[in-house]
Amino acid sequence: MSNFFEKSDLSRSEAENIISETLQKCDDGELYLENSKSESILLDDNKIKNSSYSSDLGFGFRAVSDEVVAYSHSNEISKNSLKQSSENLKSTLKSVKGTYNHEIPKSNKKYYDNINPIEQKSLNEKIKILNNVNNYLRSKDDNVKQVTANFLGEQKSVEIIRSGGETLSDVRPLIRFNVSVMLEKNGRKETGVFGVGGRQSYDSYLKDDNWKSVCDEALRIASVNLDSKPAPAGEMKVVLGPGWPAILIHEAVGHGLEGDFNRKKTSAFHNLMGQKIASDGVTIVDDGTIDNRRGSLTIDDEGTPTEKTVLIENGILKNFMQDRLNARLMKTKSTGSGRRENYRHIVLPRMRNTMMLSGNQSQEEMIKSVDKGIFAVSFGGGQVDITSGKFVFNCTEAYEIVNGKIGSPIKGATLIGDGPSILKEVSMVGNDMMMDPGIGTCGKAGQGVPVGVAQPSILINKMTVGGTKL
Amino acid sequence: MVKDQEFLKEKALYCLILAKKFGATDSSVVVKNSVSETVNFRNRKLDESNRSDDLGISITTYIGKKKSSISSSNLINDNLNILIEKCIETTKNTPQDEFNSLPDKDLLAKEVKDLELYDDTHIENDQKINYLKRLEAAASDNKKIINTESNFTQNKSNFVLANSQGFSDGYKTSSFTASSVAVAKDEKSMERDYEYSSKCFFKDLDDADKLGKLAANQTIRKLSPKKIGSEKIAIIFDKRIARGMLSNFASAINSSVISRGTSFLKDKINQKIFPDKINIFDKPDMLKGLGSRNFDSEGVKTDTLKLVDQGILKHYLIDTYNGKKLNLKSNGRCGGTSNLYFENGNINFKDLLNSHSKSLYITETIGHGSNIVTGDYSVGATGFLIENGEFKYPINEITIAGNFKNMFQNITLANDLEFKYATNSPTMLIEGMVVAGK
Repeated sequence: MSNFFEKSDLSRSEAENIISETLQKCDDGELYLENSKSESILLDDNKIKNSSYSSDLGFGFRAVSDEVVAYSHSNEISKNSLKQSSENLKSTLKSVKGTYNHEIPKSNKKYYDNINPIEQKSLNEKIKILNNVNNYLRSKDDNVKQVTANFLGEQKSVEIIRSGGETLSDVRPLIRFNVSVMLEKNGRKETGVFGVGGRQSYDSYLKDDNWKSVCDEALRIASVNLDSKPAPAGEMKVVLGPGWPAILIHEAVGHGLEGDFNRKKTSAFHNLMGQKIASDGVTIVDDGTIDNRRGSLTIDDEGTPTEKTVLIENGILKNFMQDRLNARLMKTKSTGSGRRENYRHIVLPRMRNTMMLSGNQSQEEMIKSVDKGIFAVSFGGGQVDITSGKFVFNCTEAYEIVNGKIGSPIKGATLIGDGPSILKEVSMVGNDMMMDPGIGTCGKAGQGVPVGVAQPSILINKMTVGGTKL
Repeated sequence: MVKDQEFLKEKALYCLILAKKFGATDSSVVVKNSVSETVNFRNRKLDESNRSDDLGISITTYIGKKKSSISSSNLINDNLNILIEKCIETTKNTPQDEFNSLPDKDLLAKEVKDLELYDDTHIENDQKINYLKRLEAAASDNKKIINTESNFTQNKSNFVLANSQGFSDGYKTSSFTASSVAVAKDEKSMERDYEYSSKCFFKDLDDADKLGKLAANQTIRKLSPKKIGSEKIAIIFDKRIARGMLSNFASAINSSVISRGTSFLKDKINQKIFPDKINIFDKPDMLKGLGSRNFDSEGVKTDTLKLVDQGILKHYLIDTYNGKKLNLKSNGRCGGTSNLYFENGNINFKDLLNSHSKSLYITETIGHGSNIVTGDYSVGATGFLIENGEFKYPINEITIAGNFKNMFQNITLANDLEFKYATNSPTMLIEGMVVAGK
């Protein structure tokens, strides 16, 4: 764990005094300290293009009074710097008269080990795997014209000091391994991308030549796309495969159920609590407590232990995701969803691992039931307008369905739908729930945080497919 | 206060000397400090204030043709010693790449012109609050507006770029940004839209009242949208979306995707990729320009480039590494374009709306549907149906799709270019795209 005061002219007890004095009439707030070490090693175009290392240290000081947040951050952990931040906060919150809420739940559970993945594998070993990836893919298929592969590793130590000196801390490992391959055949180029990751060492994901299966999957997606034809345009039935396609859940309902948008009544879901917003059999949770998953957290960035939050149960809207500020203003409790990209940013309610649970139908039944539609297996990313509720996601591997059978692959296309109504269009829920491979990053208000998604196969009665074939 | 050049240069020099001492044959350093202050309002009340002071350094070391880099926000000398030593160690263990090198010395910028990128004016929080009060009063002056969120940011930055060939230069920049997001509601729908202004000089910033009114009007007109059927139709892109086409174009002519062969514009140099009338410029020395610069992120001088001349692609965006790979000289575009824009077309906005009896006017797109490898484009869209030059009704929950190769060939531009962002386009019409709706 980092000792943030070791090389500073500021002692822990002096810091505690400044924090307590600054926050004494505020409703909430804390000093957030962060030390992160990260590496990136990239192979591209037959060469190691980049080997870089970054170490980032800083603090963010937050004071909250009623609805108002004052925030100040700096890279310098020093007496002067913290005092200046304190002055900044006080000048914003001139006439505060709140009572600091000292209550914060405790838990001893941990969902990942205190490791530094960067140190657990030597640079030479990492470079060797990247070269193996390049050689393996280029020798496997003559159409391979470009290979990109990279390792991203990180260890982030955080400490939260609250008024009165209460201190909470966490050390978070995170890795990602990605492979992208481009094929060219008869003048046509297509790309396939695949990756794995989570909060464990590189070897937990890559042992026993498991990197080959990552390569195979990227190559398979690219090969499928090489034979794809233009996607159809218009409304039709859509079968989504299990796992990563749960980006749909993340975009369509996840963002709209974050506390801030509902407190401000700018979410399309703000007046739907307790109402039926999805078909029977649809249950969606946001879970920060799954061991070693990319979106899991032992404590959130306000120090609250994470939990498994039921968002929708059997079609009924049950809970929003909350940080401390929105929970207080909405008279409920934090769900351990307060997150930030790093010390430069304020806390917002965010998703962790968002999952639709299994039902009891098979993917085969779903496809059989569709006369004309598409079967979407892999996705690039998505986006939502939480106010109108409209959301999109981009397929990177999809097929047409004709008379109950899977047909030709179709080109990547954007699918668009309406969040508050799409889950009522789910007519079958599969028995094959799967987690994504651990590669998701969610963006909100300019902040990216690692997240996970999961779902079984589902059949949606009606969605608009944004192809070019009328 | 943002750190001065002297402080930044001293840190940079310290790193260059240290890198050499530890065994680097070459090295380059960027030291940057950025101080920004933001005030947010929501529903006419103070919501958030945020001050950030970011200091950062990034160092690249070379040993012959081997290269590695480190970055840190901790500029204490003890820490820099540890990091540079680590960087040299990594460099030794990284395989060499024949194209790795600092830029050619004769291409480095010789002089730093005053491009009027820094305004010393300091806007106190009370002044920001006054501006936001007027902005939010204008934005919420209609019963249909149920929520407004606005902010004002002042940013002051300073940087130094130095390398072991003796280059060491940098300069201050500033920006003043105000934006307003409004939410409107009627019986059938709830919609959101925004307006924004960002300038190097405070006195050039849009008036608060004007900004607020625009945000409100643009939101209210989106209420009660309809979904239309799927068809092939002419699409008019509002300026704020049209500029995205230029960004996609810039991504596709970047020397890194050209040298890797992963762009739909590979091998299209000196070929016609737009209609005759289209000219595209990248002009780094525009006074007060939001993308202006004296040199690129390697220190290479930047001249104005006419990237597209009468529809013909004339230049890629070239940095040192990819230039060497392609056997071309860097044209000072490491880090991308500067002030990138389409020259005005010769038809006015009204005539453009009137050019088809029916068309779609797009004001917002969502999703990441641009594929630079294949040129395929498919995104979610929001906008209006235009009939006989008139805005008929708002539209949403549709997608628009095409392929850049065809889309670029079918562009018509209006003559209403303005420099609001670093990348700018007049209003744009594209024929032959497909809308997917009902």
